[in-house]
Amino acid sequence: MYSKIMVPVDLAHLEVLEPSLQAVADLARHYQAEVCYVGVTSTAPSSVARSPEEYERKLEAFAQQRAALHGQPVSVHTLSSADPVADLDDLLIQAIDDVGADLVVMPTHPPKHLDVIMPSHGGKIATHTDVSVFLVRPSRS
Amino acid sequence: MDNDSRTDRAREPEPSEGVPAPEGPANLIDTDYVIGQDNLATDKLGFSIDLHGKVFTISALVTVFFVVITLALQTEVEPLFNAMRNWLTGNLSWFFLLAGNIFVLLCLILVVSPLGKVRIGGMHAKPDFTYLGWFAMLFAAGMGIGLMFYGVSEPMSHFGSALGGTTVEDGVRTDWAPLGAAADDPAGAARLSMAATIYHWGLHPWAIYAVVALALAIFSFNKGLPLTMRSIFYPILGERVWGWPGHIVDILAVFATLFGLATSLGIGASQASAGLTYLFGVPESDATMVLLILGITAIAIVSILAGVDKGVRRLSEINMGLAVLLLLFVILVGPTLLILSGFFKNLGAYVVNLPALSNPFGREDANFSQGWTAFYWAWWISWSPFVGMFIARVSRGRSVREFLIAVLLVPSLVSVLWMTAFGGTAIDQLVGDGFEGVRDSALELQLFVMLGELPLTAITSFVGIVLVVVFFITSSDSGSLVIDTITAGGKVDAPKPQRVFWAIIEGVIAIALLLGGGLTALQAMAVSTGLPFTLVLLAGCYAIVKGLMSEPRT
Repeated sequence: MYSKIMVPVDLAHLEVLEPSLQAVADLARHYQAEVCYVGVTSTAPSSVARSPEEYERKLEAFAQQRAALHGQPVSVHTLSSADPVADLDDLLIQAIDDVGADLVVMPTHPPKHLDVIMPSHGGKIATHTDVSVFLVRPSRS
Repeated sequence: MDNDSRTDRAREPEPSEGVPAPEGPANLIDTDYVIGQDNLATDKLGFSIDLHGKVFTISALVTVFFVVITLALQTEVEPLFNAMRNWLTGNLSWFFLLAGNIFVLLCLILVVSPLGKVRIGGMHAKPDFTYLGWFAMLFAAGMGIGLMFYGVSEPMSHFGSALGGTTVEDGVRTDWAPLGAAADDPAGAARLSMAATIYHWGLHPWAIYAVVALALAIFSFNKGLPLTMRSIFYPILGERVWGWPGHIVDILAVFATLFGLATSLGIGASQASAGLTYLFGVPESDATMVLLILGITAIAIVSILAGVDKGVRRLSEINMGLAVLLLLFVILVGPTLLILSGFFKNLGAYVVNLPALSNPFGREDANFSQGWTAFYWAWWISWSPFVGMFIARVSRGRSVREFLIAVLLVPSLVSVLWMTAFGGTAIDQLVGDGFEGVRDSALELQLFVMLGELPLTAITSFVGIVLVVVFFITSSDSGSLVIDTITAGGKVDAPKPQRVFWAIIEGVIAIALLLGGGLTALQAMAVSTGLPFTLVLLAGCYAIVKGLMSEPRT
């Protein structure tokens, strides 16, 4: 049903990603799908990498590590921006077409009042793309 | 990554984690410092924050302290802060003028030297913005608002004092004329006044911005250090920049930027409100000014949330379009031939008078060289952390030569044209038509009085007001981005609510001081930071040369 799963990754906050990565691994194995890990980094040095190329290398290493766990083919796609916090949603929406994904899996937080002013990335992306989006929320317990 | 960069990397010391070059050959600094390692991050407040503990806390405390003390002890601190600024510009004018000349010379040498081939962000880096968007942002951040207020008033002011000739009391000149003045010689006074104005708005201020911006851009995008003021000192202090010496530089930068912006916003609001009263009869009251500040801050917040590309770039482009229209209007409807020939004459007068105007020692025109030039230099320099950091952030992917042409040479020429059109028209109205209205009106109204003598006044004045307001919005927007990056330890990807926080603080300080008094006192304080930053800029000159020498240039 799905052949390419796009997974936006924030290498600076991997702990937040953990539950969704498990879902990605299960889905990828179930559908025999390729997983494309997409990272958005600042062109200025950041806490993760001092250049976009270093970021890409770290993302690639991360993807290979995941591949070893779920055994499905992986690829990476790195995007850089002068203002990644503001451009993140637009870049990810564009990336869905660029990588040819038919499913997006990403973590998000439960709805809250602040979303009115600053919508969650997952929510924004789900309303701006025609592919399926699976938003993984933290478990209630 | 291509083969070139691999061979280039072989020459580097082996970094701890095998850090690769930026895009294409470049020369990263080997440091164990991880950006954000001293930060406090939490999302327990209902939204995320990520701040440099020491820089943020001390900046915030210092800010509160100065605002409270200025409000509480207004009559005591105002003379104190003003005296401090006057002492600096009076006694150290030679230092400011000399430093300014060094910045210009360095930039001009770099343009023609082989170092100009180095590309910001590595040899294969691609620019983040188009030429148009980039240039619009440089201009809006650099001096948009100043050109609106001083385009007419400064040439007029110098013209009047130059025409008045020199006056001497007890062997000391008491007039404010530049150089030897041009008593009873309107043509000579016009030339001298334009040369002096262009000197203050031409190569020197842009060189000040260019030095900070280039040093930061090289040490961030090519050397891999955080995008924050302290990185300029890396060649001098080494790893110590991550400790207190670096904290102090960053805190000072926050202080200068925040108070520079907040006080300009407050003073600008009172000027814009004077303009609204003059043009549309809007009642000049505290309420009008507070509403203006609230409106500017609200739009700035929307723009901040939209980000650099969709926020400040768009607004800057709109404003550049409007400014070009207003400029063309003045050129075409005003004394067209006079302006066009004046452009070259004024450029000539600038070049001829530049050696005398920029001479730091043995000046006879103390009032002018200290009260105008040294004050301006301290002002530009106190703004340079803000403007320089913002310019650096949007200049990745440009070569050093391209950068200097766009940050130094083109804006200087635009300033010459702008001053010639606006100041030249006003002087022509006075000399040619005998219209004394501009000369006799308040500084902030002179632009509108000048436009009032041309057709379509209602439209052009409205455009003028819109330009002023939007330039304030872009300043508040880019200033908040810069303060947020510094207080987040150089992280450009810190959570959005922090940016909003700083924009609100600017507005709150502006309103508090506007209602409570003390705007000019605190602005004097902000301008005084020009002295320590002159030292930072001189360090920046050394850092630029050292940094560029170690970069590949093929």
